[in-house]
Amino acid sequence: MTDQTPAIELKGISKAFGPVQANKDISIRVMPGTIHGIIGENGAGKSTLMSILYGFYRADAGEIWVDGRRTEIPDSQAAIRAGIGMVFQHFKLVQNFSVLENVVLGAEDGAMLRPSLAKARRELKDLAAEYELNIDPDARIEDIGVGMQQRVEILKALYRQADILILDEPTGVLTPAEADHLFRILKGLRDQGKTIILITHKLREIMEITDTVSVMRRGEMTATVQTAETSPPELAELMVGRKVLLQVEKVPPKPGKTVLEVENLRVVDSKGVERLRKIGFEIRAGEILGIAGVAGNGQSELLEVLGGYRRAEGTVRLNGKPLELAGRHANGRARRAAGVAHVPEDRHHEGLILDFSAWENVAFGYHDRPEFNKGLFMDNAAIKADAAAKMERFDVRPPHPHLAAKNFSGGNQQKIVVAREIERNPDLLLIGQPTRGVDIGAIEFIHEQIVALRDMGKAVLLVSVELDEIMSLSDRIAVMFDGKIMGERLPAETDERELGLLMAGITDTDKPHSEAEIEANLARRHASADKEA
Amino acid sequence: MDFLTLIQVFDTTIRLATPLLLACLAGLFSERAGIFDIGLEGKMLASAFLTAAVAAVTGSVLVGLLAGIGGAMALAGIHGLASITFRGNQLISGVAINFLAAGLTVVVAQSWFGQGGRTPQLSGNARFGTIDLPFAAEIRDIPLLGPIYADLISGHSLLVYVGLLMVPLTWYVLFRTRFGLRLRAVGENPAAVDTAGISVVGLRYAAVAICGLLTGLAGAYLSTGLQAGFVKDMTAGRGYIALAALIFAKWRPWYALGACLLFGFLQALALRPDVIEGTLGFEVGVQLLDALPYILTVVILAGFVGRAIPPRAGGEPYVKER
Repeated sequence: MTDQTPAIELKGISKAFGPVQANKDISIRVMPGTIHGIIGENGAGKSTLMSILYGFYRADAGEIWVDGRRTEIPDSQAAIRAGIGMVFQHFKLVQNFSVLENVVLGAEDGAMLRPSLAKARRELKDLAAEYELNIDPDARIEDIGVGMQQRVEILKALYRQADILILDEPTGVLTPAEADHLFRILKGLRDQGKTIILITHKLREIMEITDTVSVMRRGEMTATVQTAETSPPELAELMVGRKVLLQVEKVPPKPGKTVLEVENLRVVDSKGVERLRKIGFEIRAGEILGIAGVAGNGQSELLEVLGGYRRAEGTVRLNGKPLELAGRHANGRARRAAGVAHVPEDRHHEGLILDFSAWENVAFGYHDRPEFNKGLFMDNAAIKADAAAKMERFDVRPPHPHLAAKNFSGGNQQKIVVAREIERNPDLLLIGQPTRGVDIGAIEFIHEQIVALRDMGKAVLLVSVELDEIMSLSDRIAVMFDGKIMGERLPAETDERELGLLMAGITDTDKPHSEAEIEANLARRHASADKEA
Repeated sequence: MDFLTLIQVFDTTIRLATPLLLACLAGLFSERAGIFDIGLEGKMLASAFLTAAVAAVTGSVLVGLLAGIGGAMALAGIHGLASITFRGNQLISGVAINFLAAGLTVVVAQSWFGQGGRTPQLSGNARFGTIDLPFAAEIRDIPLLGPIYADLISGHSLLVYVGLLMVPLTWYVLFRTRFGLRLRAVGENPAAVDTAGISVVGLRYAAVAICGLLTGLAGAYLSTGLQAGFVKDMTAGRGYIALAALIFAKWRPWYALGACLLFGFLQALALRPDVIEGTLGFEVGVQLLDALPYILTVVILAGFVGRAIPPRAGGEPYVKER
């Protein structure tokens, strides 16, 4: 293999954004016909490096070699000419265009559209047959599911004759079944001689599909190893720079009395779409209930209702006392007073005010407590002292309460929110996507805190799209699909395959199911949600 | 209401709808590319003044038209600079252009011609004359079809026909050409265009330039086709009505024609209170009739007419994300 010319070789790439050194003297060789993983924490510089390769940024220093030739890539057009295609984490598709129009956009053959579209239609047919990338060329992007949309992105790259395909966090939005299908497509592409660069922070994906893996940490390339010769703990250590516990250690739960009872909870949104379809469940003290599901199946609405800022019908009881779901006391303040703490899914929009300082953020929602007030005025000194203490206990770095929230990394921002909510001794903790955009070191810490709260005899409702997280933290797992709870499972008695089927809305999980069936089900739900809207 | 009166009202409808239609299509190009433009009014006004002024001085309406288009495109360039290059707020830029045009036209007119902010009355070659289509006179006497052809279809100025032809042309460019595909894409998701290796900035400037050209035609028609000279604030809110029509038309060219004809019809009715009275049997206040197009504008802008989905990236300057 070493005598081959690398498909991509980067030599000494550096890139700084102001004072932040995003990439520091990075060199990497990607061999043709392989799947090369690049793994690293958020902010390690993976996406910057790939953006340089795709012509989105220009490197401050360094060389790019494609197929043994030194290549300048000043813009995306140059990258496309060099045979590089990119599938971004957030798809770059025009929602109200057809698949065909999206594929053709920017790669038309002449000033008139008709011949371009006809040619693309023929080529898509060939590509579909070659790589198992079946898709209706006339479907509108907004009518197809995310798995399909991702295939459109791959088709776009292949239509532009890409030999090197970069995928940035491709499985973040997919169900396990869709991810499996994606991996099969990628393996097929590799076997046809394409080179694939897979950027991810998920160790499992790296182990499952890559041939070689490079690890990035704080803008530097720390190692490149053959996947077969490494292990998840070793990669995690390379990523973080110290030993990391990948599995959460916890004792068996000791469930106590019922804390939260939910019955017939129904939510209809402003467009008239039913987001929660009369669901019911309960959580006991000292227990973590994990809600699994693909984003957008009602989990967010559930958190909002319980958090007090979305109206609903039905019954919710906390410690036996009903909570108001629509009246004057259906608000976040009343919920906090009742003993509900809430770490919202989207910390930037719901959890923090980014322009405000950390100490103000630590007090939000609790700023009217007597200990923070002196008569008519807020007791800022007390608030600051409290915030400093909490930030120290949660190891928020840097430990400066005066710094604006936006200046902390994702993991430390999340620690600020978690510290605010957990440290008030709530009876029920609602926590949504606790580790989204959070680095491995902080994930470990936040998971420990959640388990510690549960061991103190509190009830926890955990919503996450990361199946690994749900599996390792939950004492019971409920799966949501299309506003309904498809079923409850115990983590020890289920597996990803079964949960994946439930997440796709298929309840008879004992039967074998073809992928086509799963996809059809997802597409149906997508279409029906659209129609209702 | 007899047949001839109807023909007359429709004839007026077409003439009054033309500046709306041209401005509406101008806005369509701009907004489809993601640049909101409430400065249609100002650009029309600038063009109306420049066309009339230069036509008055040179005696040639075509030279005037070029000047008018040039003025409108210059203002469009300012809007582009503010909202594309400097990523400013598109609404504020548009408002600024409207104020600039409203003030400058009168000031310059006054210092140039000294007629109280007007241009001199235009006549002859300094105006757009009417064009009689072939055989108009010959078939006028055929019942029904004759008057429709001779009085309704024939006998308008050049810019009316240009405006009507712009509808299929706009449709074709937008939906049948590469440029149109890219233009629509840049208004929906500029990131998709950027990653495809096409210049977002270039496309948006092209759209804004087309917008300038069409508002130039619209303004020129006001002062040299519909009227015979420029008077202060002669656009009278037509730029805003065109925007309302654009929303009503859901950013589609053929719907835009329909919406502008509707507004034109309301304006035409306002000129003929006698017809209203004859039809309804009672008198309707002239003020109410005059207000009708504006009331409809408010109703449409307030969102009472169905759900119109504007281009998704409209109003947002494009910034590359990390």
